[in-house]
Amino acid sequence: MSTIVLLLVTGLGLGALYFLVASGLSLIWGLMRVLNFAQGAFFTVAGYAGFFAAEALPGTSPWLRWCAGVLAGMLTGGAFAILTEVLLIRPLYRRPVGQVLVTVGLALATLALVEGAFGSDPRQVTLPDWMSATTTIFGAAIPNTRFVVILAALLVLLGLLFFLQRTRYGLIVRAGVENRAMVSALGIDVQRAFTLVFAIGGTAAGLAGVLGAAYYGTIDPSRGTSMLISAFIVVVIGGLGSIGGSALAAVLVGLLQQFLNFYAAAGVGDFAVVLLLAVVLLVRPGGLIGRAPE
Amino acid sequence: MNAGEALLEVQNLRVAIGESQILGGVSFRVREGGITGLLGRNGVGKTTTLRGILGLVPRTGSVTLAGEELTTLAVHDVVRRGVGYVPEDRDVFGGLTVEENLRLAERAGSEHRYDLVYELFPELRERGAQRAGTLSGGQQQMVALARALLNASNRILLIDEPTKGLSPLVVKRVADALERAASVTTILLVEQNLAVARHLVRDVVVLDQGAVVFTGDVAALIDDPALARRYLGLSAVASGH
Repeated sequence: MSTIVLLLVTGLGLGALYFLVASGLSLIWGLMRVLNFAQGAFFTVAGYAGFFAAEALPGTSPWLRWCAGVLAGMLTGGAFAILTEVLLIRPLYRRPVGQVLVTVGLALATLALVEGAFGSDPRQVTLPDWMSATTTIFGAAIPNTRFVVILAALLVLLGLLFFLQRTRYGLIVRAGVENRAMVSALGIDVQRAFTLVFAIGGTAAGLAGVLGAAYYGTIDPSRGTSMLISAFIVVVIGGLGSIGGSALAAVLVGLLQQFLNFYAAAGVGDFAVVLLLAVVLLVRPGGLIGRAPE
Repeated sequence: MNAGEALLEVQNLRVAIGESQILGGVSFRVREGGITGLLGRNGVGKTTTLRGILGLVPRTGSVTLAGEELTTLAVHDVVRRGVGYVPEDRDVFGGLTVEENLRLAERAGSEHRYDLVYELFPELRERGAQRAGTLSGGQQQMVALARALLNASNRILLIDEPTKGLSPLVVKRVADALERAASVTTILLVEQNLAVARHLVRDVVVLDQGAVVFTGDVAALIDDPALARRYLGLSAVASGH
Protein backbone atom coordinates (compact mmCIF):
# COMPACT_ATOMS: atom_id res chain seq x y z
CA MET A 1 0.00 0.00 0.00
CA SER A 2 2.75 2.45 0.97
CA THR A 3 4.53 1.84 -2.34
CA ILE A 4 1.38 2.51 -4.30
CA VAL A 5 0.78 5.76 -2.41
CA LEU A 6 4.38 6.82 -2.94
CA LEU A 7 4.22 6.04 -6.68
CA LEU A 8 0.85 7.76 -6.95
CA VAL A 9 2.01 11.01 -5.36
CA THR A 10 5.38 10.96 -7.13
CA GLY A 11 3.63 10.26 -10.45
CA LEU A 12 1.24 13.13 -9.81
CA GLY A 13 4.22 15.37 -9.00
CA LEU A 14 5.95 14.41 -12.21
CA GLY A 15 2.70 14.95 -14.10
CA ALA A 16 2.41 18.37 -12.47
CA LEU A 17 5.83 19.35 -13.83
CA TYR A 18 4.89 18.07 -17.28
CA PHE A 19 1.68 20.06 -17.13
CA LEU A 20 3.47 23.28 -16.25
CA VAL A 21 5.68 22.98 -19.35
CA ALA A 22 2.92 21.53 -21.54
CA SER A 23 0.29 24.16 -20.73
CA GLY A 24 2.39 26.86 -22.39
CA LEU A 25 3.13 24.67 -25.39
CA SER A 26 -0.54 23.92 -25.79
CA LEU A 27 -1.67 27.54 -25.51
CA ILE A 28 1.02 28.71 -27.92
CA TRP A 29 0.17 26.06 -30.49
CA GLY A 30 -3.56 26.54 -30.03
CA LEU A 31 -3.51 30.26 -30.71
CA MET A 32 -0.44 30.77 -32.86
CA ARG A 33 0.18 27.42 -34.55
CA VAL A 34 3.80 27.70 -33.41
CA LEU A 35 5.64 24.58 -32.26
CA ASN A 36 7.81 26.15 -29.62
CA PHE A 37 10.87 23.96 -29.18
CA ALA A 38 12.39 26.66 -26.95
CA GLN A 39 9.98 25.87 -24.10
CA GLY A 40 12.63 23.59 -22.56
CA ALA A 41 15.14 26.45 -22.76
CA PHE A 42 12.75 28.66 -20.74
CA PHE A 43 12.61 25.85 -18.16
CA THR A 44 16.41 25.55 -17.97
CA VAL A 45 17.27 29.25 -17.85
CA ALA A 46 14.56 29.91 -15.27
CA GLY A 47 15.86 27.04 -13.14
CA TYR A 48 19.32 28.59 -13.07
CA ALA A 49 17.89 32.08 -12.48
CA GLY A 50 15.97 30.75 -9.49
CA PHE A 51 19.07 28.97 -8.21
CA PHE A 52 21.27 32.07 -8.41
CA ALA A 53 18.56 34.37 -6.99
CA ALA A 54 18.31 32.14 -3.94
CA GLU A 55 22.10 31.98 -3.65
CA ALA A 56 22.27 35.77 -3.81
CA LEU A 57 20.42 36.11 -0.50
CA PRO A 58 22.70 34.40 2.04
CA GLY A 59 21.81 34.72 5.68
CA THR A 60 18.10 35.28 5.05
CA SER A 61 15.25 32.91 5.81
CA PRO A 62 15.35 29.74 3.64
CA TRP A 63 11.71 30.25 2.70
CA LEU A 64 12.42 33.84 1.63
CA ARG A 65 15.34 32.63 -0.50
CA TRP A 66 13.26 29.91 -2.08
CA CYS A 67 10.36 32.26 -2.78
CA ALA A 68 12.80 34.76 -4.31
CA GLY A 69 14.07 31.92 -6.49
CA VAL A 70 10.53 31.06 -7.60
CA LEU A 71 9.81 34.70 -8.42
CA ALA A 72 13.10 35.11 -10.29
CA GLY A 73 12.46 31.90 -12.24
CA MET A 74 8.96 32.94 -13.27
CA LEU A 75 10.07 36.44 -14.26
CA THR A 76 13.02 35.08 -16.21
CA GLY A 77 10.88 32.49 -18.00
CA GLY A 78 8.28 35.12 -18.89
CA ALA A 79 10.85 37.69 -20.05
CA PHE A 80 12.76 35.10 -22.09
CA ALA A 81 9.51 34.04 -23.74
CA ILE A 82 8.48 37.61 -24.57
CA LEU A 83 11.88 38.32 -26.12
CA THR A 84 11.66 35.10 -28.11
CA GLU A 85 8.23 35.99 -29.45
CA VAL A 86 9.05 39.59 -30.28
CA LEU A 87 12.53 39.10 -31.74
CA LEU A 88 12.43 35.65 -33.29
CA ILE A 89 8.89 34.41 -33.83
CA ARG A 90 7.15 37.62 -34.92
CA PRO A 91 9.29 38.17 -38.03
CA LEU A 92 8.53 34.60 -39.08
CA TYR A 93 4.72 34.49 -38.95
CA ARG A 94 3.39 32.65 -42.00
CA ARG A 95 6.71 30.74 -42.13
CA PRO A 96 6.10 27.73 -39.88
CA VAL A 97 9.27 25.91 -40.94
CA GLY A 98 11.32 28.99 -40.08
CA GLN A 99 9.63 29.16 -36.68
CA VAL A 100 10.45 25.53 -35.94
CA LEU A 101 14.06 26.03 -37.00
CA VAL A 102 14.51 29.20 -34.98
CA THR A 103 13.07 27.69 -31.79
CA VAL A 104 15.16 24.52 -32.25
CA GLY A 105 18.21 26.71 -32.79
CA LEU A 106 17.40 28.76 -29.71
CA ALA A 107 17.00 25.60 -27.63
CA LEU A 108 20.36 24.23 -28.79
CA ALA A 109 22.14 27.56 -28.36
CA THR A 110 20.69 28.01 -24.87
CA LEU A 111 21.78 24.52 -23.84
CA ALA A 112 25.31 25.20 -25.10
CA LEU A 113 25.45 28.61 -23.42
CA VAL A 114 24.26 27.30 -20.07
CA GLU A 115 26.71 24.39 -20.25
CA GLY A 116 29.47 26.78 -21.19
CA ALA A 117 28.68 29.22 -18.42
CA PHE A 118 27.82 26.85 -15.54
CA GLY A 119 29.15 23.45 -16.59
CA SER A 120 27.16 20.33 -17.33
CA ASP A 121 27.34 18.82 -13.84
CA PRO A 122 24.18 18.96 -11.73
CA ARG A 123 24.13 21.56 -8.97
CA GLN A 124 22.54 20.84 -5.64
CA VAL A 125 19.76 23.25 -4.71
CA THR A 126 19.18 24.42 -1.16
CA LEU A 127 15.61 24.07 0.06
CA PRO A 128 13.80 25.07 3.24
CA ASP A 129 13.92 22.28 5.82
CA TRP A 130 10.27 21.37 5.42
CA MET A 131 10.69 20.87 1.67
CA SER A 132 13.67 18.60 2.20
CA ALA A 133 11.66 16.49 4.66
CA THR A 134 9.01 13.85 4.07
CA THR A 135 5.43 13.38 5.21
CA THR A 136 4.18 9.88 5.96
CA ILE A 137 0.85 8.95 4.41
CA PHE A 138 -0.42 5.35 4.70
CA GLY A 139 3.11 4.32 5.61
CA ALA A 140 4.70 6.00 2.60
CA ALA A 141 7.33 8.66 3.30
CA ILE A 142 6.55 11.19 0.61
CA PRO A 143 8.99 14.04 -0.09
CA ASN A 144 7.19 17.31 0.63
CA THR A 145 8.38 18.79 -2.66
CA ARG A 146 5.82 16.55 -4.39
CA PHE A 147 2.99 18.31 -2.58
CA VAL A 148 4.43 21.73 -3.45
CA VAL A 149 4.71 20.86 -7.14
CA ILE A 150 1.21 19.37 -7.27
CA LEU A 151 -0.28 22.37 -5.44
CA ALA A 152 1.51 24.81 -7.75
CA ALA A 153 0.28 22.97 -10.87
CA LEU A 154 -3.27 22.95 -9.51
CA LEU A 155 -3.09 26.69 -8.89
CA VAL A 156 -1.71 27.27 -12.39
CA LEU A 157 -4.46 25.09 -13.87
CA LEU A 158 -7.14 27.02 -11.99
CA GLY A 159 -5.50 30.33 -12.90
CA LEU A 160 -5.36 29.41 -16.58
CA LEU A 161 -8.98 28.24 -16.57
CA PHE A 162 -10.01 31.50 -14.88
CA PHE A 163 -7.99 33.46 -17.42
CA LEU A 164 -9.50 31.59 -20.37
CA GLN A 165 -13.08 31.52 -19.14
CA ARG A 166 -13.46 34.78 -17.25
CA THR A 167 -11.27 37.43 -18.87
CA ARG A 168 -11.54 39.27 -22.16
CA TYR A 169 -8.05 38.21 -23.22
CA GLY A 170 -8.94 34.64 -22.37
CA LEU A 171 -11.99 34.99 -24.60
CA ILE A 172 -9.78 36.34 -27.37
CA VAL A 173 -7.39 33.41 -26.96
CA ARG A 174 -10.23 30.87 -27.11
CA ALA A 175 -11.66 32.55 -30.19
CA GLY A 176 -8.19 32.79 -31.74
CA VAL A 177 -7.66 29.07 -31.26
CA GLU A 178 -10.73 28.55 -33.48
CA ASN A 179 -10.23 31.24 -36.11
CA ARG A 180 -7.41 33.74 -35.80
CA ALA A 181 -8.28 35.68 -38.96
CA MET A 182 -11.86 36.25 -37.79
CA VAL A 183 -10.62 37.62 -34.46
CA SER A 184 -8.59 40.19 -36.41
CA ALA A 185 -11.63 40.89 -38.56
CA LEU A 186 -13.47 41.92 -35.37
CA GLY A 187 -10.87 44.65 -34.83
CA ILE A 188 -8.85 42.79 -32.19
CA ASP A 189 -5.06 42.97 -32.19
CA VAL A 190 -4.22 39.27 -32.14
CA GLN A 191 -0.52 40.13 -31.98
CA ARG A 192 -0.94 41.30 -28.39
CA ALA A 193 -2.65 38.06 -27.50
CA PHE A 194 0.30 36.20 -29.10
CA THR A 195 2.78 38.01 -26.86
CA LEU A 196 0.60 37.48 -23.81
CA VAL A 197 0.27 33.77 -24.51
CA PHE A 198 4.02 33.43 -24.98
CA ALA A 199 4.57 35.29 -21.70
CA ILE A 200 2.14 32.99 -19.88
CA GLY A 201 3.79 29.91 -21.40
CA GLY A 202 7.27 31.15 -20.47
CA THR A 203 6.20 32.03 -16.93
CA ALA A 204 4.67 28.59 -16.41
CA ALA A 205 7.82 26.94 -17.82
CA GLY A 206 9.90 29.20 -15.54
CA LEU A 207 7.89 28.08 -12.53
CA ALA A 208 8.40 24.48 -13.66
CA GLY A 209 12.16 25.13 -13.91
CA VAL A 210 12.37 26.17 -10.24
CA LEU A 211 9.92 23.51 -9.04
CA GLY A 212 11.76 20.89 -11.11
CA ALA A 213 14.95 21.82 -9.27
CA ALA A 214 13.11 21.28 -5.98
CA TYR A 215 11.56 18.02 -7.22
CA TYR A 216 14.87 16.49 -8.33
CA GLY A 217 17.03 18.34 -5.78
CA THR A 218 19.41 19.52 -8.50
CA ILE A 219 19.54 21.62 -11.64
CA ASP A 220 21.40 20.73 -14.81
CA PRO A 221 21.41 22.11 -18.34
CA SER A 222 19.86 19.13 -20.11
CA ARG A 223 16.73 18.53 -18.01
CA GLY A 224 14.82 21.13 -19.99
CA THR A 225 15.27 19.07 -23.15
CA SER A 226 13.92 15.85 -21.63
CA MET A 227 11.10 17.83 -20.03
CA LEU A 228 10.26 19.33 -23.43
CA ILE A 229 9.97 15.90 -25.04
CA SER A 230 7.62 14.68 -22.32
CA ALA A 231 5.62 17.90 -22.51
CA PHE A 232 5.19 17.51 -26.28
CA ILE A 233 3.89 13.98 -25.74
CA VAL A 234 1.51 15.28 -23.08
CA VAL A 235 0.22 18.04 -25.36
CA VAL A 236 -0.41 15.68 -28.27
CA ILE A 237 -2.12 13.07 -26.07
CA GLY A 238 -4.24 15.73 -24.35
CA GLY A 239 -5.18 17.57 -27.51
CA LEU A 240 -3.28 20.51 -28.93
CA GLY A 241 -4.73 23.74 -27.62
CA SER A 242 -6.65 22.14 -24.74
CA ILE A 243 -5.51 23.06 -21.23
CA GLY A 244 -7.83 20.52 -19.65
CA GLY A 245 -6.51 17.88 -22.04
CA SER A 246 -2.93 18.74 -21.10
CA ALA A 247 -3.73 18.39 -17.40
CA LEU A 248 -5.40 15.01 -17.92
CA ALA A 249 -2.61 13.72 -20.17
CA ALA A 250 0.10 14.98 -17.82
CA VAL A 251 -1.41 12.98 -14.95
CA LEU A 252 -1.76 9.90 -17.16
CA VAL A 253 1.81 10.11 -18.43
CA GLY A 254 3.29 10.80 -14.99
CA LEU A 255 1.45 7.90 -13.35
CA LEU A 256 2.12 5.49 -16.23
CA GLN A 257 5.84 6.23 -16.13
CA GLN A 258 6.12 5.85 -12.35
CA PHE A 259 4.08 2.68 -11.99
CA LEU A 260 5.49 0.77 -14.98
CA ASN A 261 9.07 1.82 -14.34
CA PHE A 262 8.68 0.42 -10.82
CA TYR A 263 6.51 -2.67 -11.33
CA ALA A 264 7.71 -3.76 -14.79
CA ALA A 265 11.28 -2.59 -15.35
CA ALA A 266 13.15 0.68 -15.64
CA GLY A 267 12.35 2.20 -19.05
CA VAL A 268 9.09 0.28 -19.58
CA GLY A 269 7.10 3.28 -18.36
CA ASP A 270 8.76 5.57 -20.89
CA PHE A 271 8.11 3.04 -23.65
CA ALA A 272 4.46 2.73 -22.56
CA VAL A 273 4.05 6.50 -22.82
CA VAL A 274 5.24 6.46 -26.42
CA LEU A 275 2.89 3.54 -27.08
CA LEU A 276 0.03 5.51 -25.53
CA LEU A 277 0.92 8.42 -27.80
CA ALA A 278 0.76 6.15 -30.87
CA VAL A 279 -2.60 4.68 -29.80
CA VAL A 280 -4.10 8.11 -29.17
CA LEU A 281 -2.86 9.37 -32.54
CA LEU A 282 -4.43 6.37 -34.27
CA VAL A 283 -7.74 6.35 -32.39
CA ARG A 284 -8.23 10.04 -31.57
CA PRO A 285 -5.89 12.15 -33.74
CA GLY A 286 -7.16 15.30 -32.07
CA GLY A 287 -6.09 14.05 -28.63
CA LEU A 288 -8.16 12.97 -25.63
CA ILE A 289 -9.80 16.39 -25.35
CA GLY A 290 -9.34 18.20 -28.58
CA ARG A 291 -10.60 18.59 -32.09
CA ALA A 292 -9.42 16.36 -34.91
CA PRO A 293 -6.85 18.10 -37.10
CA GLU A 294 -8.30 19.69 -40.24
CA MET B 1 -18.98 63.78 -45.45
CA ASN B 2 -22.29 64.45 -47.18
CA ALA B 3 -24.69 61.67 -48.08
CA GLY B 4 -23.96 60.46 -51.57
CA GLU B 5 -20.23 61.12 -51.54
CA ALA B 6 -17.80 58.21 -51.92
CA LEU B 7 -17.17 56.69 -48.50
CA LEU B 8 -15.07 53.77 -49.72
CA GLU B 9 -12.87 54.02 -52.78
CA VAL B 10 -11.10 51.02 -54.25
CA GLN B 11 -8.49 51.67 -56.91
CA ASN B 12 -6.63 49.11 -58.98
CA LEU B 13 -7.00 46.40 -56.33
CA ARG B 14 -4.97 43.36 -57.35
CA VAL B 15 -4.87 40.03 -55.54
CA ALA B 16 -2.80 37.05 -56.57
CA ILE B 17 -2.91 33.77 -54.68
CA GLY B 18 -0.03 31.54 -55.69
CA GLU B 19 0.20 31.62 -59.47
CA SER B 20 -3.42 32.69 -59.90
CA GLN B 21 -4.33 36.32 -60.43
CA ILE B 22 -7.74 36.54 -58.72
CA LEU B 23 -8.27 40.30 -59.07
CA GLY B 24 -6.62 42.09 -61.95
CA GLY B 25 -7.12 45.71 -60.96
CA VAL B 26 -10.57 46.33 -59.47
CA SER B 27 -11.71 49.94 -59.07
CA PHE B 28 -15.03 51.25 -57.76
CA ARG B 29 -16.60 53.62 -55.25
CA VAL B 30 -19.20 53.09 -52.58
CA ARG B 31 -21.42 56.04 -51.75
CA GLU B 32 -22.13 56.80 -48.13
CA GLY B 33 -25.47 55.49 -46.91
CA GLY B 34 -27.62 52.65 -48.20
CA ILE B 35 -26.56 49.35 -49.70
CA THR B 36 -24.25 48.93 -52.67
CA GLY B 37 -24.30 45.50 -54.27
CA LEU B 38 -21.17 43.69 -55.44
CA LEU B 39 -22.53 41.21 -57.96
CA GLY B 40 -21.26 38.74 -60.50
CA ARG B 41 -21.20 35.05 -61.36
CA ASN B 42 -19.62 32.49 -59.07
CA GLY B 43 -15.85 32.67 -58.87
CA VAL B 44 -15.35 36.13 -60.37
CA GLY B 45 -13.64 37.52 -57.25
CA LYS B 46 -16.40 39.08 -55.13
CA THR B 47 -15.34 37.44 -51.88
CA THR B 48 -11.68 38.13 -52.67
CA THR B 49 -12.54 41.80 -53.20
CA LEU B 50 -14.06 42.05 -49.73
CA ARG B 51 -11.11 40.17 -48.21
CA GLY B 52 -8.74 42.41 -50.15
CA ILE B 53 -10.41 45.57 -48.84
CA LEU B 54 -10.00 44.27 -45.30
CA GLY B 55 -6.45 43.02 -45.88
CA LEU B 56 -7.18 39.37 -45.20
CA VAL B 57 -5.33 38.49 -48.43
CA PRO B 58 -2.10 40.06 -49.71
CA ARG B 59 -3.04 42.80 -52.16
CA THR B 60 -1.76 45.83 -54.03
CA GLY B 61 -3.59 48.97 -55.07
CA SER B 62 -5.39 51.51 -52.97
CA VAL B 63 -8.37 51.33 -50.63
CA THR B 64 -9.47 54.50 -48.90
CA LEU B 65 -12.20 55.06 -46.33
CA ALA B 66 -13.30 58.68 -46.21
CA GLY B 67 -9.97 59.58 -47.80
CA GLU B 68 -7.80 57.56 -45.41
CA GLU B 69 -5.59 54.90 -46.98
CA LEU B 70 -6.26 51.43 -45.55
CA THR B 71 -3.82 49.20 -47.42
CA THR B 72 -0.93 50.13 -45.14
CA LEU B 73 -2.85 49.04 -42.03
CA ALA B 74 -3.13 45.67 -40.30
CA VAL B 75 -6.53 43.97 -40.52
CA HIS B 76 -7.56 44.89 -36.97
CA ASP B 77 -6.65 48.54 -37.64
CA VAL B 78 -8.73 48.56 -40.83
CA VAL B 79 -11.67 47.32 -38.76
CA ARG B 80 -10.98 49.91 -36.07
CA ARG B 81 -11.16 52.62 -38.73
CA GLY B 82 -14.76 51.56 -39.26
CA VAL B 83 -14.88 48.63 -41.68
CA GLY B 84 -17.04 45.75 -40.37
CA TYR B 85 -17.02 42.31 -41.96
CA VAL B 86 -19.53 39.48 -42.16
CA PRO B 87 -17.84 36.59 -43.98
CA GLU B 88 -19.48 34.20 -46.40
CA ASP B 89 -19.21 31.21 -44.06
CA ARG B 90 -20.36 33.28 -41.05
CA ASP B 91 -17.25 32.17 -39.15
CA VAL B 92 -18.91 32.24 -35.78
CA PHE B 93 -16.74 30.85 -33.00
CA GLY B 94 -18.50 27.52 -32.61
CA GLY B 95 -16.92 26.65 -29.27
CA LEU B 96 -17.98 29.93 -27.70
CA THR B 97 -21.48 30.79 -26.57
CA VAL B 98 -23.65 33.24 -28.48
CA GLU B 99 -23.12 35.78 -25.72
CA GLU B 100 -19.33 35.34 -25.90
CA ASN B 101 -19.40 35.75 -29.69
CA LEU B 102 -21.20 39.03 -29.26
CA ARG B 103 -18.95 40.16 -26.40
CA LEU B 104 -15.91 39.81 -28.66
CA ALA B 105 -17.36 42.38 -31.02
CA GLU B 106 -18.16 44.94 -28.31
CA ARG B 107 -16.69 48.42 -28.63
CA ALA B 108 -17.51 51.76 -27.11
CA GLY B 109 -21.20 52.40 -27.75
CA SER B 110 -22.10 48.73 -28.16
CA GLU B 111 -24.50 48.87 -25.21
CA HIS B 112 -26.87 50.96 -27.31
CA ARG B 113 -26.55 48.64 -30.27
CA TYR B 114 -27.68 45.63 -28.21
CA ASP B 115 -31.19 47.06 -28.34
CA LEU B 116 -31.09 47.01 -32.14
CA VAL B 117 -29.52 43.55 -32.28
CA TYR B 118 -32.07 41.99 -29.92
CA GLU B 119 -34.91 43.76 -31.68
CA LEU B 120 -33.81 42.26 -34.99
CA PHE B 121 -32.85 38.85 -33.60
CA PRO B 122 -34.63 38.23 -30.27
CA GLU B 123 -33.59 34.56 -30.27
CA LEU B 124 -29.98 35.60 -29.71
CA ARG B 125 -30.95 36.85 -26.27
CA GLU B 126 -32.76 33.60 -25.51
CA ARG B 127 -29.85 31.50 -26.77
CA GLY B 128 -27.11 33.57 -25.17
CA ALA B 129 -25.70 30.63 -23.22
CA GLN B 130 -25.84 28.19 -26.17
CA ARG B 131 -22.67 27.28 -28.05
CA ALA B 132 -22.73 29.02 -31.42
CA GLY B 133 -21.58 25.84 -33.16
CA THR B 134 -24.87 24.15 -32.24
CA LEU B 135 -27.04 26.87 -33.85
CA SER B 136 -28.79 26.46 -37.19
CA GLY B 137 -27.27 28.14 -40.26
CA GLY B 138 -29.81 30.95 -40.05
CA GLN B 139 -29.11 31.57 -36.38
CA GLN B 140 -25.37 31.56 -37.03
CA GLN B 141 -25.95 34.19 -39.72
CA MET B 142 -27.81 36.26 -37.14
CA VAL B 143 -24.81 36.02 -34.79
CA ALA B 144 -22.46 37.07 -37.60
CA LEU B 145 -24.64 40.06 -38.51
CA ALA B 146 -25.12 40.96 -34.84
CA ARG B 147 -21.35 41.03 -34.29
CA ALA B 148 -20.95 43.54 -37.10
CA LEU B 149 -23.88 45.64 -35.93
CA LEU B 150 -22.65 45.77 -32.33
CA ASN B 151 -19.64 47.83 -33.32
CA ALA B 152 -21.16 51.29 -33.36
CA SER B 153 -18.00 52.78 -34.88
CA ASN B 154 -18.38 50.76 -38.09
CA ARG B 155 -18.90 53.16 -40.97
CA ILE B 156 -19.29 50.47 -43.58
CA LEU B 157 -20.13 46.79 -43.39
CA LEU B 158 -18.74 44.31 -45.92
CA ILE B 159 -21.32 41.52 -45.99
CA ASP B 160 -20.67 38.40 -48.02
CA GLU B 161 -23.66 36.34 -49.21
CA PRO B 162 -25.71 36.57 -46.01
CA THR B 163 -28.65 34.60 -47.43
CA LYS B 164 -26.62 31.71 -48.84
CA GLY B 165 -28.08 28.34 -47.90
CA LEU B 166 -30.90 29.77 -45.80
CA SER B 167 -34.61 28.90 -45.93
CA PRO B 168 -36.92 31.47 -47.59
CA LEU B 169 -38.34 32.48 -44.22
CA VAL B 170 -34.89 33.20 -42.79
CA VAL B 171 -33.85 34.95 -46.02
CA LYS B 172 -36.73 37.35 -45.48
CA ARG B 173 -35.63 38.05 -41.90
CA VAL B 174 -32.01 38.59 -42.92
CA ALA B 175 -33.09 40.91 -45.73
CA ASP B 176 -35.23 42.89 -43.28
CA ALA B 177 -32.28 43.10 -40.89
CA LEU B 178 -30.00 44.36 -43.67
CA GLU B 179 -32.56 46.99 -44.62
CA ARG B 180 -32.70 48.13 -41.01
CA ALA B 181 -28.90 48.03 -40.68
CA ALA B 182 -28.61 50.22 -43.76
CA SER B 183 -30.42 52.95 -41.86
CA VAL B 184 -27.49 53.20 -39.43
CA THR B 185 -24.50 52.35 -41.61
CA THR B 186 -23.34 51.91 -45.20
CA ILE B 187 -23.26 48.37 -46.57
CA LEU B 188 -21.28 46.76 -49.40
CA LEU B 189 -23.20 43.56 -50.05
CA VAL B 190 -22.22 40.49 -52.04
CA GLU B 191 -25.48 38.73 -52.86
CA GLN B 192 -26.30 35.94 -55.30
CA ASN B 193 -30.04 36.05 -54.62
CA LEU B 194 -31.09 38.63 -57.18
CA ALA B 195 -34.55 39.07 -55.73
CA VAL B 196 -32.96 40.11 -52.45
CA ALA B 197 -30.40 42.28 -54.26
CA ARG B 198 -33.13 43.94 -56.33
CA HIS B 199 -35.08 44.74 -53.19
CA LEU B 200 -32.19 46.04 -51.07
CA VAL B 201 -29.51 47.43 -53.29
CA ARG B 202 -29.28 50.92 -54.77
CA ASP B 203 -25.99 50.92 -56.69
CA VAL B 204 -24.30 47.86 -58.12
CA VAL B 205 -20.76 46.99 -59.02
CA VAL B 206 -20.48 43.92 -61.24
CA LEU B 207 -17.33 41.87 -61.44
CA ASP B 208 -16.33 39.48 -64.18
CA GLN B 209 -13.05 37.62 -64.36
CA GLY B 210 -11.48 39.71 -61.64
CA ALA B 211 -12.40 43.11 -63.08
CA VAL B 212 -15.28 45.58 -62.84
CA VAL B 213 -17.52 45.35 -65.91
CA PHE B 214 -20.53 47.38 -64.83
CA THR B 215 -21.36 50.07 -62.30
CA GLY B 216 -24.66 51.87 -61.94
CA ASP B 217 -28.21 51.56 -60.79
CA VAL B 218 -29.42 48.10 -59.82
CA ALA B 219 -32.60 48.40 -61.88
CA ALA B 220 -30.60 49.23 -64.99
CA LEU B 221 -28.81 45.92 -64.63
CA ILE B 222 -31.37 43.45 -63.36
CA ASP B 223 -34.30 44.78 -65.35
CA ASP B 224 -32.32 44.48 -68.58
CA PRO B 225 -32.44 40.73 -69.35
CA ALA B 226 -29.61 40.89 -71.87
CA LEU B 227 -27.30 42.73 -69.50
CA ALA B 228 -28.24 40.55 -66.54
CA ARG B 229 -27.74 37.37 -68.55
CA ARG B 230 -24.39 38.59 -69.78
CA TYR B 231 -22.96 39.53 -66.39
CA LEU B 232 -24.90 37.47 -63.89
CA GLY B 233 -25.73 34.29 -65.77
CA LEU B 234 -28.96 32.78 -67.04
CA SER B 235 -29.79 30.76 -63.97
CA ALA B 236 -29.29 33.72 -61.71
CA VAL B 237 -31.72 35.80 -63.72
CA ALA B 238 -34.25 32.99 -63.71
CA SER B 239 -34.06 32.56 -59.96
CA GLY B 240 -34.07 36.23 -59.32
CA HIS B 241 -37.36 36.95 -60.98
